Amino acid sequence: MTRIAAGIFAALLAVAGSADTSPRQAQRVPLPVIRIEQGEACVAPVEEMRRNHMAMLLDQRDRTVREGIRTTRFSLKNCVECHASRKTGSVLGKDGFCSSCHTYAAVSMDCFECHTPLRQSRTASAPR
Amino acid sequence: MSPDRRQFLGWGAAAAVTAAGAALAPGLRLIELAQARSPEEAASALQRWGLLIDITKCTDCDVCVTACSKENGWTGHGRPETDPQWIRKVSLRDKRTGYAQTLPLMCQHCEHPPCVDVCPTGASFRRDDGIVLVDKHTCIGCRYCVMACPYGARSFVHETVSGQKSDVPRGKGTVESCTLCVHRVDRGETPACVEACNRDGGKAMVFGDLNDPSAEIHRRLRAEPSTQVRADLALNTGVRYRGL
Repeated sequence: MTRIAAGIFAALLAVAGSADTSPRQAQRVPLPVIRIEQGEACVAPVEEMRRNHMAMLLDQRDRTVREGIRTTRFSLKNCVECHASRKTGSVLGKDGFCSSCHTYAAVSMDCFECHTPLRQSRTASAPR
Repeated sequence: MSPDRRQFLGWGAAAAVTAAGAALAPGLRLIELAQARSPEEAASALQRWGLLIDITKCTDCDVCVTACSKENGWTGHGRPETDPQWIRKVSLRDKRTGYAQTLPLMCQHCEHPPCVDVCPTGASFRRDDGIVLVDKHTCIGCRYCVMACPYGARSFVHETVSGQKSDVPRGKGTVESCTLCVHRVDRGETPACVEACNRDGGKAMVFGDLNDPSAEIHRRLRAEPSTQVRADLALNTGVRYRGL
């Protein structure tokens, strides 16, 4: 009896495993939309940006607010200028550069409670 | 009250800086007077930003308030009790003579700010160049500073904010006040209220470095009588009034 049960369990596992790797299943996972709107390269390599962008922003924020150092390289304003969507002018929204990944990773971000998510410079294709 | 050791050393250092800044020879200084900073440079204690407001020239307009609101993106919701107020016009009237005056009142950018003393998180702070600010990243919205400020200069953001200016982040649950347009000052410009007053108003406001002997504000403060609001509190305000 136990042997049959174990057999059924193994079969189920095998089915589940094969289902996971099937392309149809993979497509159901809502991957983040990463659309680079502007420029060839970011301020650091992509891998470093993905791991450490929050640390860069945190350091820059204290330097700017407390000491008045206003270099643009790691500033949030600079992020938004490049990465805001051409269509909406924002880094938030469904396919927004920031919100798309943060939704996927289930990490909430508080930046845009106070900071504007909109690009300030006007471009021909963007509304703002 | 006799000066303690720390204060005495401070005076010595101040005297040394003044002597060095004053000049070895014309155009030659030991310590160069700070000019407009580059973006990489931190704000320094060599400068102390301040305002001189000549109330005799202050007319009955409110261009300073309008300009501040436009520059910093704060607006009211028709609820005067809770609306943000970075700068306001105050009217004074001598009850006996009927003599009326009007003046703009905002954060006085004290050297010894009570709002900084009471802040439990260190969010309320004084930058090295004398500008008193709120670091909204660490502000928990307790409003102790609102209570502590003798000028009623601070306000609390009660409403969800949207459409902020990129240079002036604002958010619900934090305290805010006049920043002396710190984003403009860091670019080497003057605050929005001063610019507006000199363009459309009574030309009553002068902005500048209180430590710079060549600055107009320094010259005028030396030559003309001026007062601090609530000078009895000995806060050494950065905003001075003339004709009060």
